[in-house]
Amino acid sequence: MGCFLTNSSLGRKLVMSISGCFLVLFLLFHMAMNVVALIGDGSAYNVICGFLGANWYALVGTAVLALGVLVHFVYAFILTWQNRKARGNVRYAVTVTEKGVDWSSKNMLLLGVIVILGLLLHLTHFWSKMMLVELMGQHANNLGLAPTDGAALIQYTFSQWYNVVLYLVWFAALWLHLNHGVWSMFQTVGWANDTWLPRLKCIAKLVSGLIFLGFAVVAVVFYIKSLCPCC
Amino acid sequence: MNFTLKIWRQRDAHSKGEFKEYKVTDISSDTSFLEMLDILNNDLVHKGEEPVAFDHDCREGICGMCSLHIDGHAHGPSQAVTTCQIYMRQFKDGATITVEPWRSAAFPVIRDLVVNRGAYDEILQAGGFVSVRTNSVPDGNAIPIPQADAEESMDAAACVGCGACAATCKNGSAMLFVAARVSSLAKLPQGRVEGARRAKSMVAKMDELGFGNCTNTGACQAECPKGISIAHIARLNREFLAAKLED
Amino acid sequence: MAFKLDSKIPAGELAQKWSNHKAAIKVVSPANKRKLDIIVVGTGLGGASAAASLGELGYNVKIFCIQDSPRRAHSIAAQGGINAAKNYQNDNDSVYRLFYDTIKGGDYRAREANVYRLAEVSNLIIDQCVAQGVPFAREYGGLLANRSFGGAQVSRTFYARGQTGQQLLLGAYAALNKEIHNGSVKSYTRHEMLDIVIEDGEARGIIARNLVTGDIERHGAHAVVIATGGYGNVFFLSTNAMASNGSAAFQCYRKGAGFANPCFTQIHPTCIPVHGTQQSKLTLMSESLRNDGRIWVPKKMEDVEALRKGTKMPSDIAEEDRDYYLERRYPAFGNLVPRDVASRAAKERCDAGYGVNETGLAVFLDFKTAIERLGKEVIEKRYGNLFDMYKEITDVNPYEQPMQIFPAVHYTMGGIWVDYNLMTTIPGLYAIGEANFSDHGANRLGASALMQGLADGYFVLPYTIGDYLAKKIQAPKVSTATPAFDEAEKAVKAKIEKLLSINGSRSVDDIHRQLGLIMWDNVGMARTKESLEKAIVEIAALRKEFWKDVKVVGTADSFNVELEKALRLADFLELGELMARDALNREESCGGHFRSEHQTEEGEALRHDDKFAYAAVWEYKGEDVEPELTKEDLVYEFTHRAQRNYKD
Repeated sequence: MGCFLTNSSLGRKLVMSISGCFLVLFLLFHMAMNVVALIGDGSAYNVICGFLGANWYALVGTAVLALGVLVHFVYAFILTWQNRKARGNVRYAVTVTEKGVDWSSKNMLLLGVIVILGLLLHLTHFWSKMMLVELMGQHANNLGLAPTDGAALIQYTFSQWYNVVLYLVWFAALWLHLNHGVWSMFQTVGWANDTWLPRLKCIAKLVSGLIFLGFAVVAVVFYIKSLCPCC
Repeated sequence: MNFTLKIWRQRDAHSKGEFKEYKVTDISSDTSFLEMLDILNNDLVHKGEEPVAFDHDCREGICGMCSLHIDGHAHGPSQAVTTCQIYMRQFKDGATITVEPWRSAAFPVIRDLVVNRGAYDEILQAGGFVSVRTNSVPDGNAIPIPQADAEESMDAAACVGCGACAATCKNGSAMLFVAARVSSLAKLPQGRVEGARRAKSMVAKMDELGFGNCTNTGACQAECPKGISIAHIARLNREFLAAKLED
Repeated sequence: MAFKLDSKIPAGELAQKWSNHKAAIKVVSPANKRKLDIIVVGTGLGGASAAASLGELGYNVKIFCIQDSPRRAHSIAAQGGINAAKNYQNDNDSVYRLFYDTIKGGDYRAREANVYRLAEVSNLIIDQCVAQGVPFAREYGGLLANRSFGGAQVSRTFYARGQTGQQLLLGAYAALNKEIHNGSVKSYTRHEMLDIVIEDGEARGIIARNLVTGDIERHGAHAVVIATGGYGNVFFLSTNAMASNGSAAFQCYRKGAGFANPCFTQIHPTCIPVHGTQQSKLTLMSESLRNDGRIWVPKKMEDVEALRKGTKMPSDIAEEDRDYYLERRYPAFGNLVPRDVASRAAKERCDAGYGVNETGLAVFLDFKTAIERLGKEVIEKRYGNLFDMYKEITDVNPYEQPMQIFPAVHYTMGGIWVDYNLMTTIPGLYAIGEANFSDHGANRLGASALMQGLADGYFVLPYTIGDYLAKKIQAPKVSTATPAFDEAEKAVKAKIEKLLSINGSRSVDDIHRQLGLIMWDNVGMARTKESLEKAIVEIAALRKEFWKDVKVVGTADSFNVELEKALRLADFLELGELMARDALNREESCGGHFRSEHQTEEGEALRHDDKFAYAAVWEYKGEDVEPELTKEDLVYEFTHRAQRNYKD
């Protein structure tokens, strides 16, 4: 049974669907957590950061998450490579976007790559200055902030306009990626029919929109805050 | 009406192909696209040139023989029709129309615009049937089938096996074709009996023949001349995964 | 040497004949079936169902089709439905009634025993197809639905939307795939049979051309089944698929198989009218439309002229100014008279000058009353796809304006002569489905072609072929390295060589179009002695021209569509003449064969049972030599031949 996950096209898709689903759930959680940073002086957010410090459960969570990203990523490349091969050597001279087909659905790899690049940036901005620091047993990162003071780190990162722009691009790519990905994962496990397909697409739009807004609002609000320290 | 045609010409599977330009003039707007090609071919024959080879037969949109990628669309710019049901009134007078064969690794070009779609036959031979013998069957009304189920089965059974789904799919995936057959039979009690076996063997054959992986773009459904829904792909996924989980 | 025709019709009561016959014929044991090879040419309803059933039985079967897949055969285009005497509607249908309607519909020119057998096995077909997963239309209770078709007063037609032929063929194709999967059937697609090989007077195999590579191949077998459909494309414009042809059947005729009733051509009343001179195909609108559509032309000539000028729309013409001529002439059957009657009635109105389009060759098929009665939604549900197709082709919305229709060539009742076992005059050579002549007489009823194809393939041939093959169980594998195969292959190659070398000035299509015009004008819906004699002369001249002046480009050893078409046209050019000769010989009107000299005062077909109650079986005597006629008397033991009456 194990092998159909690698040697069958439907099995491979199942892996994409399950790993993708897992990542969506994580994003929802992360987004919810970020929004907390908008509340009050950031101490509530820091409580969560502390809770998710270098504890065993947080580490296991991180490891599983990393694995999920890796699997999703590696499978995406394998699938794309196979799909290009299936397309044949000669390409169409004229191609169009078919009616009712989302641009994002045809460019998931491109969007995925942008998301990964954004993720790397994000990890250097945050993870390396928080959890990594803790793991190394240090009590302050190179910015001189405590690794548990996530709120301050957010404030610092989004006070730089280019970071805000990069993050917004990243979130937009994520938004588009999820726009297709969320309903697609239901389709792949077979949980769709003519009645539910439009509903699932609507749900996908809501979920991806929510995630985008949740993340984007934090970046934008903190940038505005940095412009006028009084507000 | 007058048109410039950019048509893919390729002598056989081993030769290199290229686009060639042709002019057709004085075409009535009620002429079908394939009749327009007939006219071009008749001119070519008179000039002693070899006519453009293209697949076609019933010209009523049901046999699934016609193909052609016209201006970027499988079966031309109209929705839910086959190439043989395209009429020249749908094009602008004086337009340049690009005509290409299906392009998919599993559909090698035989000549010009003709491709080999034998892979679809092979997939159906792997399990696209109900294993009943001639004459060893119950009365037609012995098993009542809810009307909605029969209708949904029919929606999927409308597939003409033209290959547009795989030809359109950026992944070269034949999922809509496979799903149409699996789903049509899965909706009927007669087909349920060997549903698991069918889904597994047809998917395995599809993979073996070099079709790509479905990524749910929905392009197949948009270009399907019979408007077959990707909801049937969801059913195939369900059938297949349920079958695999029982293994 | 004329044929000694033995129809092998079993003795006994009509209802017992088939049972008695099955009990009497020989069977082949499973161990011996494995040793026997059968070739089936054509993969439509007849061919696919036969090959699948024969494969199931254990024979080694090879199937051949010219398309890229067996599923493309033109059976797929049948729209309306398939008849069966299930009596599910409780409207007093029965095997006998289906038999009687079919015999009467065929204007008493079919064999009683064959037709009865057809009606008898019709019910099995429905059961078989349901079990295969054919999604027939159902009622809310989950049971099978029916509709009415022409020539019947009961609802016995089973259907799957407007795609019944497609669904039945996909059922047969699936059965075929099952046997290909099991290894009993081997499929040769894009292969065309170019000759039949006869040795010691028996069929031994075929010569086929691989249409992709151009290779000429030999295939041997203990029996050959021809299931290649009809030859309506002799008219160039017809509802047949573009590649449908009469060549396989014609090669059999050339090699000694009798060809019966070639002139019996069905002109279908509801086709989309011809729009111009560059058209290459006519489109049929299903007969099922006549369930709810009403056919009419204006009563007043001024309305006709206004329609042609475009100053009036059909919907502008008042109810009392419309001539619902079928309802007027045939009150009992109304718009659901058989096809030949409906076609002729349309021709009669158009000849009288009431044709409603610029060419004067169209009548209206109107759904106004039905839409008022049932609502647009019901009509959309019943005929939506047909309405869409009509709009696509004509750019006219049939929900708002009536459809324009005109008769077009659709089906050929004539074909290779077969006995009750479906064997031709050549032992070991069988013909099934539209390719044979047996079941529809001079006119086929709607929804009966599917029935016949599947009856022959599933339920008749698999039994009757055993009677012949039982004699072959000792025979070795058929060798293809014999003089007969050498000769046949040489002849095929020479013919191809010849066609490619002419390099004349006329394309195949030009000549085919001209042949079509000769046929339509002279051997079409109404024929006279003069027109037929004229056709024979003109076709012979055209044939000469073809062999002198045709231009076939390309090579023999490649994918060459022009060559394929030329080979088929060469046969059509002989077949057309044969049709004209047969029509000339048959000095009566019956079914689809209407000789203007022979009509009743009311303009109905006038049969002459005393002189022409026979099947005319023609024997090939060489090119440009008159074929020889043998008559098979059609003895009616159980039905009374009457003037067909659809009035009351």
